Amino acid sequence: MKFWIPAICILVLGVALPLAPINEYVFYAGYVVLTFVVMATAWNILGGYAGYVNFGPPAFFGIGSYAAVVLFKSMNAPLAVQIAGAALMGGLLGLGVGVLTLRLRGIFFAIATVAITFILETLMTNWRYVGGATGLQLLRPPVELYESYTRMLFAVMAGMSVGAVAIARYIQTSWLGRGLRSLRDSEEAAEASGVPTLKLKLFACAVSGALMGAAGAPMPMYLSFIEPPSTFNLSYTVGSLGGAIIGGAGHWAGPIVGAILLGTLQQIVTVTVSGEMNVLVVGVLLVVFVVAAPEGILGLARKIIRR
Amino acid sequence: MSSILKIVDVSKTFGGFTALSNVSLEIAQGERFGLIGPNGSGKTTLINCVSGALRNEAGTIEFDGEDVTRLPAYQRTRRGIARSFQVPRPFHSMTVAENLAVPLEYIAHKGSLHLGDTHAEALELLRQMRLGDKADTPSRNLSQVELRKLELARAMAARPRLLISDEAMAGLSGSEVEEVLEILFQLNSRGITIIMIEHIMQAVMRFSQRVVCLDAGRIICEGAPAEIVKNPEVQRAYLGA
Repeated sequence: MKFWIPAICILVLGVALPLAPINEYVFYAGYVVLTFVVMATAWNILGGYAGYVNFGPPAFFGIGSYAAVVLFKSMNAPLAVQIAGAALMGGLLGLGVGVLTLRLRGIFFAIATVAITFILETLMTNWRYVGGATGLQLLRPPVELYESYTRMLFAVMAGMSVGAVAIARYIQTSWLGRGLRSLRDSEEAAEASGVPTLKLKLFACAVSGALMGAAGAPMPMYLSFIEPPSTFNLSYTVGSLGGAIIGGAGHWAGPIVGAILLGTLQQIVTVTVSGEMNVLVVGVLLVVFVVAAPEGILGLARKIIRR
Repeated sequence: MSSILKIVDVSKTFGGFTALSNVSLEIAQGERFGLIGPNGSGKTTLINCVSGALRNEAGTIEFDGEDVTRLPAYQRTRRGIARSFQVPRPFHSMTVAENLAVPLEYIAHKGSLHLGDTHAEALELLRQMRLGDKADTPSRNLSQVELRKLELARAMAARPRLLISDEAMAGLSGSEVEEVLEILFQLNSRGITIIMIEHIMQAVMRFSQRVVCLDAGRIICEGAPAEIVKNPEVQRAYLGA
């Protein structure tokens, strides 16, 4: 209950707020921040809980975006179906990368996730149906209930954020989470304690990938455009990994704190200084946190409370 | 006496190095079994093959009548083979009690989703291992002897029928060795078969009913403790004389 009451309040707020007469820009920027909440939360399930670093969030995000575009273009699928299809593709990609690399330990998985981003970007660049290198303009369907498509997408992404966090929290507090933590600490000891390490890692990979895929699904509609370079962009790696680490990896609340802080800061810098500067901000913050507070903001808070 | 573990012609190589060649062993239900041998003789490799951490290239391993040679480690633990590690491998991000919760949740209470059920059981196990007052201590703050006890406690939480203690006493003081020995005797009296790998001769000779000595990946002799210490081959392997 301690979790569900605030969660439902936030969900209601996220759905209701776009109905209020507030400046459109708030939702335009807020949507991006919420996307990073989902991305960082998804990254944390594998990177934070199990200790397997995924450098390829753009691959999972991108496969979600393109899955949505294909569904939209081929059968005019509604947004909910696009999101479901994107989650499925993201989950399958996670499973695939996992099966190929997780039998080996450590660095192989990280390298494979870097490679998969390039492979997918190249594939999409050469696929005419989805616009190839020049991209594809999309005509948004008319929006109901909300005043604009952006406002509607903000509400959708708010729902997805709450959903992603609820899933991440369930995993962390259940036997699944304890199993993932045990294999992060020592895979041999985990196996000797009856933990099916390979199965658990594949599970984490698939869930993490599915959430990232789902997060990417509404992006083409948000921009009413899709093209490979911005879809498979490094900024998604920085945002997911940065959000989780700065907030505090390993705890479900960490990525929320980190992604909101980072996302908001990036939006402010983009508007007040320049679009190029916002990447620098994340870079500097990451270095500062890794050196001075490796357990992130949550870790810092815990230290202060204990004193 | 029926045998609980049957190792038949097991061989293991690492590149060109033969760590085990045609090792065959049979261990009886309820037995206290000692495995000795100089450093690098293949004791831990053999145990890794039995527990599933390594796969042997040749030979078979049968546990309780079932061929487990190709089973992954976690499946073997679930069937009743538990081990401690020579170099303690605690789940360092967890407390002592949480360390035990992992095998309790994955083996003893597998399938039941009532979390928290395991806590009372973890505390009882810790009390038996004389770690009761450390339940909420982060495992990274434990002393060497406490870490060894945690290794045994975690192995016990898997409810094993065969417990493999891999140098659980290395680096401990005399009184601490006594304490761990006493714990192992107690576990054995409850019907658990125990394989003890140890360098501390007094301990392993007092504990074991039967001892096997490995040297360079082969069994060089087998017998009661008193016979083993007198065996010229064992003396040569250890003293190089």
